[in-house]
Amino acid sequence: MSYSNKVKGIYKEQLKDIEDKGIFKEERFIHSSQAADIEVEFPKGTELKKVINMCSNNYLGLSSHPEVIKAAHEGLDSRGYGMSSVRFICGTQDIHRKLERKVTEFLGTEDTILFPSCMDANTGVFEAILSEEDVMISDRLVHASIIDGIRLCSAQHDTFKHSNMGHLEKKLQLHADKRLKVVITDGVFSMDGDTAKLDEMAGLCKKYDAMLFVDDSHSSGFIGKTGRGTHEKYGVLGKIDIITTTFGKALGGASGGCVSGRKEIVEMCRQKARPYLFSNTIAPVVVSGVLKVLDILSQSTERRDKLEKNAEYWRKGLTEAGFVLKEGDTPIVPVMLFNAGLAQNISRDLYEEGVYAIGFFFPVVPNGKARIRTQISAGHEIEHLDKALEAFLKVGKKYNVLGKSKQEIIAQYGL
Amino acid sequence: MEDIKKTVLEYVIEEYLEDEDEELTYDTPLISGGIVDSFSMVSLKRFLESKYKISIPDDKATPEAFDSVDKIYELVKEFVKA
Repeated sequence: MSYSNKVKGIYKEQLKDIEDKGIFKEERFIHSSQAADIEVEFPKGTELKKVINMCSNNYLGLSSHPEVIKAAHEGLDSRGYGMSSVRFICGTQDIHRKLERKVTEFLGTEDTILFPSCMDANTGVFEAILSEEDVMISDRLVHASIIDGIRLCSAQHDTFKHSNMGHLEKKLQLHADKRLKVVITDGVFSMDGDTAKLDEMAGLCKKYDAMLFVDDSHSSGFIGKTGRGTHEKYGVLGKIDIITTTFGKALGGASGGCVSGRKEIVEMCRQKARPYLFSNTIAPVVVSGVLKVLDILSQSTERRDKLEKNAEYWRKGLTEAGFVLKEGDTPIVPVMLFNAGLAQNISRDLYEEGVYAIGFFFPVVPNGKARIRTQISAGHEIEHLDKALEAFLKVGKKYNVLGKSKQEIIAQYGL
Repeated sequence: MEDIKKTVLEYVIEEYLEDEDEELTYDTPLISGGIVDSFSMVSLKRFLESKYKISIPDDKATPEAFDSVDKIYELVKEFVKA
C-alpha cells in the first residue's frame, strides 16, 4: 500500500477545487420508487420531503408500472438473478435473443445487439466498425458517451455546428476522400430538448456516401407517432444505419442499451465491441421487464400520446408565465436562466416549494447558458403540472425573471 | 503578422460560434470559456497547419496554447518564423 499523505493531498486539493468552483455533485436519496411523486432525503440526514419529480427520464411512467414489475418477477423466478458470464461464453439466454429480435422489430432495423448500457454501446461501436482510413463527423452537442466512443476509435474525427446542415455538408465535402464516413448525432439532444433533422441528414449522407448514426436514448418509446423514435418523426424509418438506445429511460428505466441497425454492423459489434465482449450483459430480470415494456408500447400509443399532451401543456404554461425556454417539441423543456448562480438558487427554492428540478451550468452546458432542465412524464397528471407551474411562477417572480428577455436576465445577473 | 490574428478570429467565429449575438474578441477564452471543446480543437489545429504550412507538435497544441486568438497567434508566429 502506498496511499501516502502526498497522494491523499493531491486528491483532496482536486476535490476542494471542484467544490470551490461550485460544481461538486451531491446525490439526493430517494426513499420511494421512481414516479411523479417521490420522497427525498436532502440534505443528507434531514427529514423526508415529498416533491414532484420534474427531472427524471421516466418519460412514459413505466419505471414502476405494475405489469413491468410483475414481468420482472417472473423473469427472476424463471431465469434466475445473474448469468456469471459474458454473452459468448455462457451468458446468453433465449430471452436475450428474444429481446434483440423485439427491439429490431420495434425500431424497424435489421438486427440488434444488447449492451450492459447505452454508454457501453456508444463507447464500443465506433472502435468495432472503423479504422484509421475512416472519419467520424459528429454534431457538437452529442452525448458524453459518444465522445468517449470517438476517443477510443482510431478513425479521424471532425465536428459540425449543432444541427447546422450547411456546416455538415462542408465537412462531408472536406472528408470526401475517406474510406468510410459516419455522421453522428443524438436523436433528441438531452440538454436542449431539440431533435436532429434526420430527414435532411439522411439525404446528405446518401449524397456523400456516408453512414448515419443516431443515439435515440431520449426518444425511443415516445418520439414519432408510434414512439419508434426520431427516425419515425422524420419519416426515415429503415434509413438509419446505426441506432443506439437505452432501456434506462423511457423503456422501463432500469438499465441496458443496444446497437441496432445494419446486419453486418451488428455482427461486427458481436465480434469486436469490447464492452460486449468483456462484460456481462443485461440481467434476466431486466430483460424480462423490457420485453413487457415493448409489449405495452406495441399494443397502444396511449402513454406517448399523454406524454405529448403533458409536454405541450407544460411548455405553454411556462411560456405564458414569461420564462425564456429553449424551443422544441419534446418532453425536455429547458428553462433558460443563463447565470449559473441564478439557476442554482431557483432550483433550491423550487425544492423548498415541493418541486424537484435541477440546475445545469458549465461545464455540463456552455458557459452563460445555465438553465433548469425540466422533463415531463406520462406519469404526471395535470394536477402535478399545475402545482409545479405555481411553484415556478412564485420563484420566478421572486427572482424577477418573468417576462424578461435573455438580455434583460443577463443584464440583471450577469453571465 | 496582424493578418494572422484577423484570419484566426474570422475562422473561429465562422467555425465555432453558434449564436449570432455572441461576441468574440482576441482575448475571449475559447477552451476554458466553453466556446471550443477539446475535440473541435483538432479542426482548429488542422486549419492552422494547412493555412500557414506549418506543423504544430502535439505537446505544443495544448488547450492553454489555444485558449484565445491572442495565444493562438503567439503559437503560430513561433512556427511561421521558424
